[in-house]
Amino acid sequence: MAVLEINQSAQRLMTRKRMFSLGLPAVALAYLVYVAIAFDLGGLMGRARLDNGALLLQDFWSYKVHVTRDNRSGEISSSIEGMRNATFSPANRPGWISGDDSFGRVALPQGNAVDFAPDGLVTLTTPEGRYRIRPTGTGIQTDITDPPAGFSISNSRFSADLPEGARLTVTRARSEVFRRQPGWELFFFDLSSPFHGKSWGELARLAFSGDRLDPQRSNIAAMGHDFWQNGIWHHGDVAWAIFETILMAFLGTFGAGLVALPLAFAAASNFAPFVLLRQITRRFFDLLRGVDALIWTIILSRAFGPGPLTGSLAMLLTETGTFGKLFSEALENIDEKPVEGLKSTGAGPVQRIRWAVMPQVSPVILSQLLYYFESNTRSATVIGAITGGGIGLLLMQAMQTQKDWEHVAYYIVLIVLMVMAMDWISGRIRARLIRG
Amino acid sequence: MPAATDRIAASYHAQLSRRRAYGTVLWALFVALLVAGFDMANSRNAGGFLQGLPSVLDYPAALISEAWQKAGNVPGHMWRALPSLVETLNIAAASTLLGTLGGAVMALLATPGLAPWPRLVPVFRRLLDVARAIPELVIALVLIFVLGGGPVPAVIAISFHTVGALGKLFSEVAENASLKPVEGLESVGASWPQRIWFGIIPQVAPNWASYMMLRFEINIRASAILGFVGAGGIGYELRNAISWGQGKYDIAMAIFIMLFATIVLFDQLTSVARERLVRGQEHGEKGGRI
Repeated sequence: MAVLEINQSAQRLMTRKRMFSLGLPAVALAYLVYVAIAFDLGGLMGRARLDNGALLLQDFWSYKVHVTRDNRSGEISSSIEGMRNATFSPANRPGWISGDDSFGRVALPQGNAVDFAPDGLVTLTTPEGRYRIRPTGTGIQTDITDPPAGFSISNSRFSADLPEGARLTVTRARSEVFRRQPGWELFFFDLSSPFHGKSWGELARLAFSGDRLDPQRSNIAAMGHDFWQNGIWHHGDVAWAIFETILMAFLGTFGAGLVALPLAFAAASNFAPFVLLRQITRRFFDLLRGVDALIWTIILSRAFGPGPLTGSLAMLLTETGTFGKLFSEALENIDEKPVEGLKSTGAGPVQRIRWAVMPQVSPVILSQLLYYFESNTRSATVIGAITGGGIGLLLMQAMQTQKDWEHVAYYIVLIVLMVMAMDWISGRIRARLIRG
Repeated sequence: MPAATDRIAASYHAQLSRRRAYGTVLWALFVALLVAGFDMANSRNAGGFLQGLPSVLDYPAALISEAWQKAGNVPGHMWRALPSLVETLNIAAASTLLGTLGGAVMALLATPGLAPWPRLVPVFRRLLDVARAIPELVIALVLIFVLGGGPVPAVIAISFHTVGALGKLFSEVAENASLKPVEGLESVGASWPQRIWFGIIPQVAPNWASYMMLRFEINIRASAILGFVGAGGIGYELRNAISWGQGKYDIAMAIFIMLFATIVLFDQLTSVARERLVRGQEHGEKGGRI
C-alpha cells in the first residue's frame, strides 16, 4: 500500500516535472512569436535597405578611387573617395591611370578600360565590345542600341556597373570612373607625406638610413609624426578619444567606489546605528541606481555641457548606487570576531574599521571595482556617444555621415580591442588579488 | 634573549612601517590620478564643473515645477507613452531570452569536460570574448543603417552582447557542476543533448536563471539607451520629449518617472527572485544532509 502511494506520488512528480520542462520552452516560444508579430518582423525585410548593407560591407575592407573629368573645364583629376585632401598629383597617381590633364586612359579589372578623349568623348572598352558615350550641352549621346546587363541609359545619364565594383557614370557635368581597391586607403601616410606609396622594405631602409627626407628631424621621427597626424585617419585624435573613454570609465568607477565606501557603512545592518539611517541610505542607493546613467547624462549635460566630465559624473552617480549596495552586502557578510578582538583591546571605531573590517572587505571591493571598470569601459563608449566624448562620439559621427564606413570599421576594431584589453588586465589583477 | 626579541620586534616594526609607506604612496597615487583625471575631463568638457554646479538643479527643478503645474496631464502622457515602454520591455525580454538560449549553447560548447568537441573549446571561448567586448551601440547603429530604425536592430544588438556576457557566466557555473550524472547517463547510452538536458541543466538551472534575471535588468537599461540613439521604445520618446524643451516638460517628466519606476521595479523584483532562487537551493542542500 505504502509502496503504491510512493509510486503514485513519484509518478505525479515526474508528470509535473515533464509538464514544466515542456511547458517552459513552449511559453518562451509563444512569447518570441508574440514579439516577432509586435515588432513586425515580416515587414522588416521590405523596409530593409540591403543595398546599404552591401555598400557597408564593401566599404569595410575596400575603397574607391575616383577618376573624374569635369566636362565644363575638360580637366581630369583623380582622388580617393572624392576627398579633396586625398587628390593625386600627376606624380603619385596610381599606375593604372595614364594620360595627362586633358585626356587619359583608366584601366579596370578583367580587361575593361575607359578612355577620356580631349573633346569629352568617353569610350568604354569591355571584353564584349566598345561603347562610345558623348556628353553634350544638354545631356548625353550614345551609340548603344541594346545595352548589356548592368548598363543604364537615359537622356541625361549613363552608368555602367563593371566587374569588381568598378563603375562608370557620364552626365552633362562630369564623367566619372570608380575603381575599387582592397584595403584601407592612406592608413599609414596621407598623400602629403613623403613616405606615401613606399613599400615596407623601403620604409625600413629609410627609417635606419642617415639621409633625411625632412632635414628638421630623423626619418623615424618624421614617420611617427606623419602617421600620428595622418589627415584622413587622424590616428592621434583617435588615440586621444580612446584615452578619454578609458578616463571616463576610470573616473566613474573609482570615483563612485570612493563615494560609496563610507556610505555603505551607513547602509550595512551591522554598522548602521539606526534602522532609519540604514533605510534612508538604502533608498538613496536605489534612487541613484534607478535613475539610469542615461537620465543622469541628460540632467548633467544641461548644467555642465557635453563632454567627458558629464559622462564621468553620470556614471559616477549610477555606480555609487550599485557599489553602495554591493559594498554594504560585503560589509554585512564579514566575520565579526576580529572586531570583537580589537574592541577588547580598547580600540575606537575608526581603528576597528581600519584593522578588523577593511582587511576583510578590501579584496572583495577591489575585485568588484575592477570588474565594473571593465564593463564601464563599454558603457563609457555608449555614454560618450550621447554626451559627446571619446571614441563613442567619433563612432557616432562617422555613422551619421554615412560615408566613412572604413572609419567605422576601424573604430569598431579599436573599441573591441580596447574592451578586450581592459577585460584581460582587470582579469589578471583580479586573479592576483584572489591568489593573495 | 631580550636582544633577540628586540631584534624581532624592530624588524617587525620596520616591515610594518614599510608596508604602511607603500600603502600611503599607493593611496596618494590613486587620489592624484583621480584628481588629475577629473581636472583633465573638466578641461575637455564644454562647460566647467564649478560654473555648472550652481545650475545642476535648475533643470530637474524646472521639470518638476512645470510637471507639478500640469499634474493633471501627466497620467495622460504616461498612458500615451505606455506602448513604447512595453516595446522597451519587449526588446529587453526578447533579447534576454535569445541571449540566454545562445549563451547556454555557447557555454556548453566552451566548457571543458562538457563540450562535444573539446578541441574547439578555446575557439568558442574567444568567440564569447569578442561577443562580450562589442558594445550594443555599435551593432545597433550598423543595423539601424541597414534595417532602418525600430526595435529589431536593438534586439539583435542586445542579444549578441548578452550571448557573450551570459555565455561566460554560464560556463563558469557549468564548470562546477558534478559530472557524475553525465557519466551515469553516458553509461546507459544517452546522446550528448540527453546527457546535458538530464544531467547538467537541472544542476545549473537555478544559477543560470539568477544570472538571466540580473541580465534582464541590465538589458532594460540598455534598451532604453539604444532607443535614445534611434532604436525605438521609451528612449526614443524621451529624446523627442527633451528636444521639445520648455513648455513640454510635463511629457518629459512623465517619461522620466515611468523609466525610473520601471527600472526600480525590475531591480527590486529580480533581486527578490534571485535571492529566493539561491536561498531555495541552500535549503534543499540542508534538507538533503539531514
